[in-house]
Amino acid sequence: MADTELDVKYVAHLARIALSPAEEAKLGAQLGNILGYIEKLRELDVSQVEPTAHAIPLINVMRPDEIRPSLPVEDALRNAPAQANGLFLVPKIVE
Amino acid sequence: MEYEAVIGLETHVQLKTKSKMWCGCANEFGAPPNTNVCPVCLGLPGVLPVANEEGLRLTVLTGYLLNCSIPSFAKFDRKNYFYPDAPKNYQITQYDKPSTAHGFVDFEFAGGMSRVRITRAHLEEDVGKNFHFARNSGVDFNRAGVPLLEIVSEPDLTSSDMAYTYLNALKDILIYGGISDCDMEKGMVRCDVNVSVRPVGQKELGAKIEIKNMNSFSGVRRALDYEIPRQIAVVKAGGKLSQETRRWDDVGGITELMRSKEQAHDYRYFPEPDLMPFEPTAAWLEEVSRRVVELPLARKQRFMTAYGLPAPDAETFVNDVPLADYFEQVTATAKNPKAVANWVINNLRAKLTETGTPLAEVKIKPADLPDLVALVDGGKISSKIAQDVFAEMFATGEAPAAIVEKKGLAQVSDTGAIEKLCDEVIAANPKSAEDFRAGKGAALNFLKGQVMKLSKGKANPGLVGEILERKLQS
Repeated sequence: MADTELDVKYVAHLARIALSPAEEAKLGAQLGNILGYIEKLRELDVSQVEPTAHAIPLINVMRPDEIRPSLPVEDALRNAPAQANGLFLVPKIVE
Repeated sequence: MEYEAVIGLETHVQLKTKSKMWCGCANEFGAPPNTNVCPVCLGLPGVLPVANEEGLRLTVLTGYLLNCSIPSFAKFDRKNYFYPDAPKNYQITQYDKPSTAHGFVDFEFAGGMSRVRITRAHLEEDVGKNFHFARNSGVDFNRAGVPLLEIVSEPDLTSSDMAYTYLNALKDILIYGGISDCDMEKGMVRCDVNVSVRPVGQKELGAKIEIKNMNSFSGVRRALDYEIPRQIAVVKAGGKLSQETRRWDDVGGITELMRSKEQAHDYRYFPEPDLMPFEPTAAWLEEVSRRVVELPLARKQRFMTAYGLPAPDAETFVNDVPLADYFEQVTATAKNPKAVANWVINNLRAKLTETGTPLAEVKIKPADLPDLVALVDGGKISSKIAQDVFAEMFATGEAPAAIVEKKGLAQVSDTGAIEKLCDEVIAANPKSAEDFRAGKGAALNFLKGQVMKLSKGKANPGLVGEILERKLQS
């Protein structure tokens, strides 16, 4: 396995996931394995390969600027844990 | 020690499209909350965004208007963060391969020309709008997914006034180009300000302070008027500034700390797998470039040089494009475009407002205004009579020469006729004649007025003056 340092606590915070110390250890090992696997790719010589943003050889996929029907507001809000006056209610936002 | 400010601006502008950037929901302000939303802009699982071609066109068109280069390859990336107004938990944006880069904006400032370099203008999406209540917040996603252009300037600005002038110049360009309506009241333009201070002559930049989410240009100016002296005071007192983000409190007139660098976001950008790269073809670019318009500053300069107009007149035409187009159309044959401009700006505009007539319905034919000016310049009618002729032209669409003819308004330059009128007036006003002979110059003006009145305004005023004077002195 490649030597890959991963700050599990930091990554968990970025993903807003609360982990117990046991979970941290377990996920840390699993993620380490994944990164180790990715490390294997470094063994390949890609100096002759053009970098790409996408695996599919398609470009310029566009649609015309036309309005299409939106969802009825009650459907849009169907998954909202809380709602009022057509708004999704969320915990108070403080910056 | 003297200090100077170094300012760069990130200006966010909503593009003027009918539909949103990745879905067909309407790009419309003021609809009831969450009525212009669909699975794509709500970030529901399993949906696929598809780029709005007009959004890409307006982005590239902005690049042309801001003198940018247009890279042959552009792509989209995900900027990851959690915030209630970002339904996907990421914003689609252009990170390392933007659609436009390396441009500049020229504008008039402090009696000269200034240039601010543009780092890039890249395409991204707007987020929802938050409402804050006592115990919770509410989110409306109508704005989420609206195409948003981020125009990043180099740190070329040095004062609050210069920043304010640049922003207005940029706004004028975007409105002219049909890129955005730039309605500040509707939140179509928002600004992040980066500002640092350094001793004059020092090359390295000071610690960069970012002021987030300004929604008015005057707010930007006021925030800088507060922030620059604040930073200078800190440094002068031996303090140290560190990179941080501040918020402008418009009511209190101060900036306050939001977050310092330690808590800075880690956005983990990566290529957006759902959107294909964009490689504009020559034909596509050619089609967009045909929408490039003359910019406000170029227009102003052209009106000043081509028509000999003073700056205020040229500015009037910059700010009122239809009126300017009308002026250019009617003045094509004119020998005296400046006088034609006066008629258009002063008289025609007043008549349009007074009668509520749209410009398109003006009856005056294109060649008629220059003809009216020629009648005045040639001494055929007085400028006072010209006002009446103009009113008639506006009302009926008749040619000025025909009106003068029909109403017998031609200026009388027949010396014999004027002499007769002068004799009458002198006879009727012996006291004024006496006064003039006694050295009271003002009496001549009174007599001259009487002759003009008697001639119903038609006598050539220059001739009247000469003849009166000759008669009184003999």
